[in-house]
Amino acid sequence: MTQAAMQKDRLLFEGADWDFSTLQRIHDACEEIAIGELGLDVYPNQIEVITAEQMLDAYSSTGMPLFYRHWSFGKHFAHHEAFYRRGMRDLAYEIVINSSPCISYLMEENTATMQTLVIAHAAFGHNHFFKNNYLFKLWTDAEGILDYLDFAKGYIARCEERYGETAVERTLDAAHALMSHGVHRYAGKTRLDLRQEEKRLQERRAHEEQMFNDLWRTVPAGRKRDAADVDFERRRAALGLPQDNLLYFLEKSSPRLQPWQREILRIVRHVAQYFHPQRQTKVMNEGTATYVHYQIMNRLHDRGQISDGNYFEFLKSHTNVVFQPTYDDRRFSGFNPYAIGFAMMQDIERIVTDPTDEDREWFPDIAGRGDPMQVLRGIWADYRDESFISQFLSPHLIRKWRLFQLYDDPQISEGILVSAIHDERGYKRVRRQLAREYDIGWTDPRIDIVDVDLAGDRRLLLQHRAPNDWVLEDSETKQVLQHLADLWGYDVMLQEIDGAEKVVKEHSAHPREILHKGDLFS
Amino acid sequence: MHIIDRRLNPRGKSLENRQRFLRRAKDAVQQAVRRSLQSRSIRDVLDGGEVSLPIGGMGEPSFRRAEGGITDHVLPGNRAFVEGDIIPRPPGQGAGRPKEAGQGDGEDGFRFVLTREEFLSVFLDDLELPELAKRRLSETEEMSPVRAGYSISGSPSNLSIDRTTRLAMMRRIALKRPKPAEIEVLQRQIEESEDEETRLALTAELKSLTDRIRRIPYVDPLDVRYRRFDNEPKPVAKAVMFCLMDVSGSMSEHMKDLAKRFYLLLYLFLSQRYEKVEIVFIRHTEKAEEVDEDTFFYGQATGGTLVSSALAAMRNIIAARFDPTEWNIYAAQASDGDNSYRDEGPAGHLLKHEILPLCQYFAYIEVDEEGGDSSISNSPLWRLYEGIRSGSATLAMRKVCRKNEIFPVFHDLFQKRSTQTKAVP
Repeated sequence: MTQAAMQKDRLLFEGADWDFSTLQRIHDACEEIAIGELGLDVYPNQIEVITAEQMLDAYSSTGMPLFYRHWSFGKHFAHHEAFYRRGMRDLAYEIVINSSPCISYLMEENTATMQTLVIAHAAFGHNHFFKNNYLFKLWTDAEGILDYLDFAKGYIARCEERYGETAVERTLDAAHALMSHGVHRYAGKTRLDLRQEEKRLQERRAHEEQMFNDLWRTVPAGRKRDAADVDFERRRAALGLPQDNLLYFLEKSSPRLQPWQREILRIVRHVAQYFHPQRQTKVMNEGTATYVHYQIMNRLHDRGQISDGNYFEFLKSHTNVVFQPTYDDRRFSGFNPYAIGFAMMQDIERIVTDPTDEDREWFPDIAGRGDPMQVLRGIWADYRDESFISQFLSPHLIRKWRLFQLYDDPQISEGILVSAIHDERGYKRVRRQLAREYDIGWTDPRIDIVDVDLAGDRRLLLQHRAPNDWVLEDSETKQVLQHLADLWGYDVMLQEIDGAEKVVKEHSAHPREILHKGDLFS
Repeated sequence: MHIIDRRLNPRGKSLENRQRFLRRAKDAVQQAVRRSLQSRSIRDVLDGGEVSLPIGGMGEPSFRRAEGGITDHVLPGNRAFVEGDIIPRPPGQGAGRPKEAGQGDGEDGFRFVLTREEFLSVFLDDLELPELAKRRLSETEEMSPVRAGYSISGSPSNLSIDRTTRLAMMRRIALKRPKPAEIEVLQRQIEESEDEETRLALTAELKSLTDRIRRIPYVDPLDVRYRRFDNEPKPVAKAVMFCLMDVSGSMSEHMKDLAKRFYLLLYLFLSQRYEKVEIVFIRHTEKAEEVDEDTFFYGQATGGTLVSSALAAMRNIIAARFDPTEWNIYAAQASDGDNSYRDEGPAGHLLKHEILPLCQYFAYIEVDEEGGDSSISNSPLWRLYEGIRSGSATLAMRKVCRKNEIFPVFHDLFQKRSTQTKAVP
């Protein structure tokens, strides 16, 4: 065989065309590199080839292959479709679902190079991240999600049959409005079973008896606590307040909801919880996937499995994906998670393999460790965006991107203050602030249910912590509160509290009795 | 690894969601559809297409922060700033962080593509032919099959399997047909039994059971049931719409466009809503002719004006093809209002004594130049019809000068009314 023929033989594909055996070959070649060389650990892959219209379908139901019916998904579909039809927006090349098997949708229009890129990106990059990142491990159940969605879809359809589409739609509308506040932000303590509870009580008493010391009686007691205070404490304990998971609270404690309505709240809550890790790991997730596809594509090219021409095609779309315009560019619309994620991964690779003195000082743990994949795999498993950036954004990268921080206080009439730039004094501040912008605990409004007037009119009291004068948007808040009141069935009130514990604003809403029709007399 | 080809899956997975959304946004869609009519050419109206929808009313609210407050922000691409610089806020913008491009995208409205059917059904939603079916119902009634229980005879395609098997099971239980399992047990007992005597007894029992099974069939012809359908007569009202259009030389292009738009709406409305409506197109100059719809909408013709010619043609066609005792007769006439003086008498006579008594509803649309006043008219034809109208409620008159008045007028003429109120012009 001539050398040219041998080279040709090694290629995975030629030109832009592909068929299913090509896909299989591409997948196997990627797998060999991903598992063998990069040491990734992935769920089994399922690759589905879809059309543009099916991609639009998937877009509008949050990317999931099956979902319950609701008008808002139709709205999103219409919205995406209109943009797509007028050529204003391209569709994504792929969608990948955190499930086991891990489903990646590939568009039929993609060229063979794009399919390779997408398989490397989604079926190995995202897939590894889903399987190994601690947030996904903690909060999502990849094996169970599709079955659960199937159940949810069926359950809601049955509810529609039995209780009417309008009633179900209203419940879903209300639940969707509260969806952003329907997640557990912290892993709760596990429920103790009663037998253990009794044992703990006995142990505690035994301990008290052992430690009994009559002297304590002579110590002066503090001020007796008010009866109202005690009531308040007891009420809070009984209802599990304060509670930041509004949907959970309503599901468990709302006095007037029907069982099916509670189940619907639960479904919406579970869906929100399932997507919660994704919201916290945009940069890392895309950074990981982009880094992985970059590695795989380069290695495929090095091995001669992708021709030079196709490699250039890949480089072109890769550069488009990781393009970050500067703040004064017309195209600027915030940070591109692909760009910042990929840049940080590459920067970590540099620190691990070829550190400068500065890197050694800033990252003593990883600088010069020599094996970038091992370090990166550890990082991918143990961090989310906020902690990732606050740990690993290096001065080198801050300088390279020329990051700077603006401080905008409406009280300063002269203008906006440049509070930090890419210099020695600024690195830490810029890094802290950027990390904060990816902390959804900081960027999302923090709203807690704090009290219920059990003795009186059952009014629900919520508080919004509004430091830095970050009050809520007025009209939308009213609408959401209205939904909340409908679900609760009695009045609700939301106080906005500023940094100095002062109530700066109050919103309230009456229930509309649309979710509880007739149940007063039943 | 699996590869699955989903491209052949049934389409329209989100159709249901889309319909729900449309239902919810009905009012907004309706307004948008009507607005979009004004800016379209006649042919495009038929094709459905994009309408622009305001997004309000279909909002999905969530707790969000308002703009303002003290904010910190990291941006890339610093060129000239050093720490401590103060950048003046851009003029015209209050305090707050710089607006990011691409934010608020699609917040204030979005374009929405309707299919032709969706477009038309929204568009014609609350229209109907006035006074339809007041006349005698058509002699030839249409039959439609209606479910009417079960029968013991019928065609195999109507076999009701669940009813048949239910009856068969009832009969089998009632007649104590032995189950296959019982026989199996018995057979096993026979095989296992050592004792000759018991075996004989068991064999006899087995024989009686198998005989019984043979006697009592699993499904008997007695059990078979068929779904029964009754033919129920459905009253059908027959209706015919006459479209009379003036195409004489005095009609300017603008007027013809208005008239054609009106007829197009009428045509769409009738063909979408009523399967049984005949449409007769008559165009006239000084002589009238019946034409097909293509010629009517897109043909070129010109000449003088004799309105009576069109009315006479309509009368003749009614006499020849549409018996007024059977047919609901409607007419819509569009003209610029010019008519020759010598024609006034014949036209008035024809309309008053021969046409109007036969008609359920006669709509007259007068078209005028763009700058005209659509509230008053002084044309010969208008004055003539005004005189006739006082005596009859079936004649409605409107004047249209601008494209955007077409739909309101059309809607006004054909909107649903309660049966009591007459079509007051």
